Amino acid sequence: MGRYVLRRLLQLIPVFFGTTILIYWLVWSVPGDPFAGKCGERACPDSYVQFMTDKYHLDDPLPVQYFHYMANLLTGDFGQTFGGRDIGEIIAAAYPNTLKLALVALTIEAVIGLTAGVLSGLRRNGFLDNLVLVSTLFLVAIPTFVTGFVLQFLLGVQWKIINPTVSSDAPISELIVPGFVLGSISMAYVARLTRTSIAENSRADYVRTAVAKGLPRRRVVGVHLLRNSLIPVITFLGTDLGSLMGGAIVTEGIFGINGIGREVYRAIVTKEGATVVGIVVVLVMVYLLMNLLVDLLYAALDPRIRYE
Amino acid sequence: MSNVFVSEQSEAAAAGHPSGRLLEVEELRVEFRTRDGVAKVINGVTYHVDAGETLAVLGESGSGKSVTAQTIMGILDTPPGFVTGGQIRFHGRDMLKMSAEERRRIRGEGIAMVFQDALSALNPVFTVGFQIAEQFRVRRGMSRGDAKKRAAEMLDQVKIPNAKQRINEYPHQFSGGMRQRVMIAMSLALDPEVLIADEPTTALDVTVQAQIMDLLAELQQERQMGLILITHDLGVVADVADRIAVMYAGRIVEEADVHELYAKPAHPYTLGLLESIPRIDEKGQQLRTIRGLPPSLLRIPSGCPFHPRCPMAQPVCAEKVPPLLQLGPTRASACHFAQDLVSRD
Repeated sequence: MGRYVLRRLLQLIPVFFGTTILIYWLVWSVPGDPFAGKCGERACPDSYVQFMTDKYHLDDPLPVQYFHYMANLLTGDFGQTFGGRDIGEIIAAAYPNTLKLALVALTIEAVIGLTAGVLSGLRRNGFLDNLVLVSTLFLVAIPTFVTGFVLQFLLGVQWKIINPTVSSDAPISELIVPGFVLGSISMAYVARLTRTSIAENSRADYVRTAVAKGLPRRRVVGVHLLRNSLIPVITFLGTDLGSLMGGAIVTEGIFGINGIGREVYRAIVTKEGATVVGIVVVLVMVYLLMNLLVDLLYAALDPRIRYE
Repeated sequence: MSNVFVSEQSEAAAAGHPSGRLLEVEELRVEFRTRDGVAKVINGVTYHVDAGETLAVLGESGSGKSVTAQTIMGILDTPPGFVTGGQIRFHGRDMLKMSAEERRRIRGEGIAMVFQDALSALNPVFTVGFQIAEQFRVRRGMSRGDAKKRAAEMLDQVKIPNAKQRINEYPHQFSGGMRQRVMIAMSLALDPEVLIADEPTTALDVTVQAQIMDLLAELQQERQMGLILITHDLGVVADVADRIAVMYAGRIVEEADVHELYAKPAHPYTLGLLESIPRIDEKGQQLRTIRGLPPSLLRIPSGCPFHPRCPMAQPVCAEKVPPLLQLGPTRASACHFAQDLVSRD
């Protein structure tokens, strides 16, 4: 197990270099001038452009630029934006909000999705089962931005139950509706996955054995059936947390949450290449670590899986 | 045309006298309501087992032997399975009339079951110790530590080496034979009065089969349990069973003491089964089989359900259902020509 974790961690190194090269190359291949529109109505003075180009090594060949960038990154320096802001600070300011939003979304997904899935899986073809089937179909079919704008308009503008936008420090209470919007599609998947898993396993031989042992129904369901049925669901939730932590450009945009998704979007639009690369590097690492965590969790839940 | 064997029991039950028998199944009827129609899986099965006795229930796949066992345990999948008639009396009380809670309490303590495939019957994500100890905790209210100790004792009783270490292992870490021992230990944990073993050795190697059968026989003797051994393997039965009930198409077609049955089968189906056992002195010759296939339970043949495959069939067989007739103190046969079969040499 320890060796497996070590090997997986070592695998992060080539992935780290691979993604940074790719992202670096892609970002600087996008056509356009980073200094267009930086100086108000007029074009920037040549002296300024020359100064900035020298400062950021923009005339050097791409591999050399990459080398400079990596040298700084490996000492923990994410560099600066063209405006002189520390990119590390931008990430540090925005990331906590994204994490909070991700956790709220995950909680909503897990609690509502699992409950609906278990109940409908136990009573197949009942009223609740049909309700869950129809409503999840509905949720999956609607794009996030529609759910977001509709809820924002109804709850925030029309009925004034919530603030239409989230304040800058993003308290948890204000993140519930955005979290629901962000998690809604995955919530539907969780409900369906749980339902199928419960329905399938409830006919399993070991469930019949548990009944034959004379265990009460709540123990048969709550211990024997649930534990087996949750394995695929928890794997899904873990992977989903990884992508939720990558920021939510649409949801963060709609509710004005100062998160990492919005920062990335802003950086792409303003051609702040270093910012884009910096954020993406962090996100890739987080995603890979989350995946490793999911794999370890999987082995912990299912004793038949052992990593060598 | 009611037979003596059945009517005796019915009178006792009707009069409200417990017959003193441990477990009795009487005129049990079960059907499966499927999309293709109603399959009559059990059509009036009657058998009983007493303490310290082994009853072997023999039959091909689809003869209804496992469904009868599931109905006794109360683990029949409903739907599609429905009990449509009969009684299952445990200590003289009809279990089919009991509340769900009452029946639950009988499971494990009164009647327990060993399943065919221990790998799928044991829960893959819990240690075997947990799965055995769970019964002591839930049913006997023991502490975690005490329950675990008792679980290790149970593994010891079924002769699993290193029981104390092995209780912390998962089912997939055991070999097939050891896994079936775990299954047996689990079913015996609450000291049941009746044990139903549903093809306990079918999934195992021949050498291991013998070990498991010996173990079951030994434990049954020790504990004086009633054992219902469900099997399709005549070889398995001969050594351990006291009585044999042969099932065909959801009916008992012959019931006999084990020696009587092997010596002189009183039903052509039993005869066919015995003749289809491969024999070393007939090496090189073609194996004798029973021609045809078991009938579809959606369309059971008229009269005797075995008549389309029976070498002795006469016109009467297609018309009248032969009742289970008592031929002696311990044997009964449901064949129009049972007397002829028994009296021939």
